[in-house]
Amino acid sequence: MTTRLFGERVARSEDRRLLTGRGRYTGDFEPAAAHAAFVRSDFAHARITGIDVAAAQAVPGVLDVFTYADLADGFADRLPLLVPSDKLIAPRTQHALAKDEACYAGEVLAMVVARDRYVAEDALERIVVEYEPLPAAVDLDRAAGPNAPLAHLDMTDNLAGLVTEETGDVDAAFAAAPHVYDWTLRMERSASMPIETRGVVARYDEREDRLLVHDATQAPTGVRFGLAMLFGMDPDRVHVVAPDVGGGFGVKVIQFYPEEVLVPWAARRLGVPVKWIEDRREHFLGSNHERGQIHHVHVGAADDGRILALEDRFLHDTGAYCSYGLILPIITAAQLPGPYDLENYRYELRSIFTNTVPTSPFRGAGRPHAAYVMERVIERVSKELNLDSLDVRRRNFVKEFPHHVGVTFQDGGPTVYDSGDYPKGLATLLEQLDLERTRTEIATARAEGRTVGLGFGAYVEGTGIGPYEGASVSINPDGTVSVATAHGSQGQAHETVFAQVVADELQVPFERVHVTTGDTRRLGFGVGTFASRTAVVAGNAVLLATTEVKRQAAAVAARILEVAPEDVVFADGAIHVAGAPDRSIPLGRLAMASNPTRYAFGADAEEGAKLSQLAYEGGDRPLPEGSHPGLAATEYYSPTSGVFGFGFHAALVEIDLETGHVDILRYVVHHDSGRIINPMVVEGQIHGGVAQGIGGALYERIAYGEEGQMLNATFMDFLMVTAAEMPRIEEVHTETPSPNNPLGIKGVGEAGTIPVSATIANAISDALNTPVDHMPVTPEEVLTLAGKIESP
Amino acid sequence: MDVTLSVNGVSRTASVEPRITLADVLRDELGLTGTHVGCEHGVCGACTVLLDGRSVRSCLLFAVQAAGQEVTTVEGLAAADGTLHPLQKAFHDAHGLQCGFCTPGFLMAARELLDENPSPTESEVRTWLSGNLCRCTGYQNIVDAVLLAAERMRGAP
Repeated sequence: MTTRLFGERVARSEDRRLLTGRGRYTGDFEPAAAHAAFVRSDFAHARITGIDVAAAQAVPGVLDVFTYADLADGFADRLPLLVPSDKLIAPRTQHALAKDEACYAGEVLAMVVARDRYVAEDALERIVVEYEPLPAAVDLDRAAGPNAPLAHLDMTDNLAGLVTEETGDVDAAFAAAPHVYDWTLRMERSASMPIETRGVVARYDEREDRLLVHDATQAPTGVRFGLAMLFGMDPDRVHVVAPDVGGGFGVKVIQFYPEEVLVPWAARRLGVPVKWIEDRREHFLGSNHERGQIHHVHVGAADDGRILALEDRFLHDTGAYCSYGLILPIITAAQLPGPYDLENYRYELRSIFTNTVPTSPFRGAGRPHAAYVMERVIERVSKELNLDSLDVRRRNFVKEFPHHVGVTFQDGGPTVYDSGDYPKGLATLLEQLDLERTRTEIATARAEGRTVGLGFGAYVEGTGIGPYEGASVSINPDGTVSVATAHGSQGQAHETVFAQVVADELQVPFERVHVTTGDTRRLGFGVGTFASRTAVVAGNAVLLATTEVKRQAAAVAARILEVAPEDVVFADGAIHVAGAPDRSIPLGRLAMASNPTRYAFGADAEEGAKLSQLAYEGGDRPLPEGSHPGLAATEYYSPTSGVFGFGFHAALVEIDLETGHVDILRYVVHHDSGRIINPMVVEGQIHGGVAQGIGGALYERIAYGEEGQMLNATFMDFLMVTAAEMPRIEEVHTETPSPNNPLGIKGVGEAGTIPVSATIANAISDALNTPVDHMPVTPEEVLTLAGKIESP
Repeated sequence: MDVTLSVNGVSRTASVEPRITLADVLRDELGLTGTHVGCEHGVCGACTVLLDGRSVRSCLLFAVQAAGQEVTTVEGLAAADGTLHPLQKAFHDAHGLQCGFCTPGFLMAARELLDENPSPTESEVRTWLSGNLCRCTGYQNIVDAVLLAAERMRGAP
């Protein structure tokens, strides 16, 4: 009997351990290890003229205290530039410990290692840093302008990088456009903010020359190769494990944060296991942020609302350093057109250094800004021309695929949408919303004096980028199947969805498939779990590896059963001859037979040994040429390009003009990420993404004072949504398969977040009948927009 | 100094400095790493445990303050034979967790709610759980899981 789990709401394999307190997060390892703690710069920008650690060294229980002067060789170099680019004018990354200049408040200056964290923090207080404060570049507009304070002493301005690109003939299109507009749109800084902070635990065994690192990272493979190079160690002696990871959303993949280098370095130097678990304040001050951008758009429109030309000149706040190069603003620029066919589009992006925490992708990664800008443009053009914005959207939709956007994608190749059906997606959303009834309800509410509004947002999400991911699959003698992928899960249910793919292909019970993720001892090559890529890239690698194992199993079974490999069928955890189910061999026994040696225990052992003789009978050697022992394969999948999911959101909001509170009465999501492996998991991803989007639209902003001090580095002051603020999300799907990969899937991790700021902004704009050109819209901002209070 | 607590029904003694938090003692001294620490300033709720049946933030409590009292952690939620508590089962069935880091805190807070109010409305569940932060789920499936557990627990004989 053939069973099929692909597309089913399979409950998760990983739940039981996580529900019973048996999960293994980085902080759960090495309870007796020494703890590291870090002195972080008090100033946003300062020369470091001296660090006196003598008093800290003398604290009982302190093992050692380190500053830049203690670092040598590669450890004294600047940390790597993860994404180089020839458009990067000033590649700047930080030192593991600041050398002589601190460029943001929170930059690490010194490390204490002590018996426990309590003692380590006692010692921190006794370290005296001599600063020579410098002017700080903080405000993005100001930092980009003339005579700005300089974020780096060795630069003459704050320009990190500049990219311009054009498709079509923008100037000619503007000249011919009957309507031309100029608008400015701003989005403030926010952050991923997983509930588990970062953490690193390292143990170096000198006698074995072996380094084991547990790291709450989204990319253990890169950390492993990097550490091996830094230490000059054979990579086979360096193991990096991303165990259960308590949320990431982008912030846990930098390669390298200073602590990821320093903790293993200290463990090796001191000869004891060393542990560092970031506290929440450190997370605010020392883990990357995102989102800050300012866009100046120039729009040319036809009478019917078609966008004839679009030029976007925008600033991106890269923070103090740019280990991700220009990737964030490039994503923004490439995905700004969204589902719309912009024949004439030009952008100029300037990435600007400021003396603030560096930025790198946070769920959405440049795309929420893109959707916000484009959807505000659609709404404002519609408003100016007195058109229904839904009609304007339809008129501008991309209708044929593949669609060439005409600008460069984040992977360096052209931006090409593989597939989609935008009219159908919008229609699906409107059906769930019941547009006519909703509009009637709004009219009624407004007649009652209530302030309500309806907003829409659309997006495409480029997902599943290369270069590659891999998977190892092996059938074990007990009939279970072991699967390994390179990078850990942060909650996306990799263990479940990959097992679904394998169980389908091999026709083994789901429970027999065991997936290990994020352990370089199991799979050393991989890229990382980010950019909505794991299901697509690793998922297809799992399929390829399983297909190869299937081929091996069929070959061995065919020899034993004396039929052609094409004539065997996988069913019920066994292989049988097509049309003769009684002539079968369980997969476990086949695994035994494929390994012609004597090792097995149990009743099957003797039978397996006999089978192995049968399997290789007649050959000139125990293993036929070209075969290998066991049923096992490691395969890699490398996509030709990204694959593009898409969707539409609608929000119905009511505004309290006394308090400025925005109540979301309804939130409706349409979403299409190609074929869906597990709808339950996909819906969960959407829910979480929307919640982060709503936070970003209404509550979350990292606030800096003029001197570059973060003003809200606690959960009391940085407001994330709770269960009380979240509306119930109504979710509808369409499935437009991707033609670009064997499973037909597209990524979904970031989809939920991308259009939320756009949707909420449009809803508030509709309610207040005024443009909303700054995100987030805090209650104060709502009251300002409503004319209830003066602009601050 | 020695502190004796009853943890999940078992008397446990740990030798600790007065400044050590209950969370650190549970995790590092007693090996109960199911209690997680997310903010160390009492907002996120990941470290929620029950102290004499009432939810507390174990990151804000010194272990010595819990001396002589009954502490229940997530490890004490399932039955001795491993049968999941209805809340745990409902979180599994309703996909009420993703990364799982905040989950123990939610389970303990929800257990206190259902001890007090076996028939909460959705709004009551949302308000009660607003002291716990989750960054993965958008809360919808957590709320559904608590309502499902409540329904199942009411239906039990």
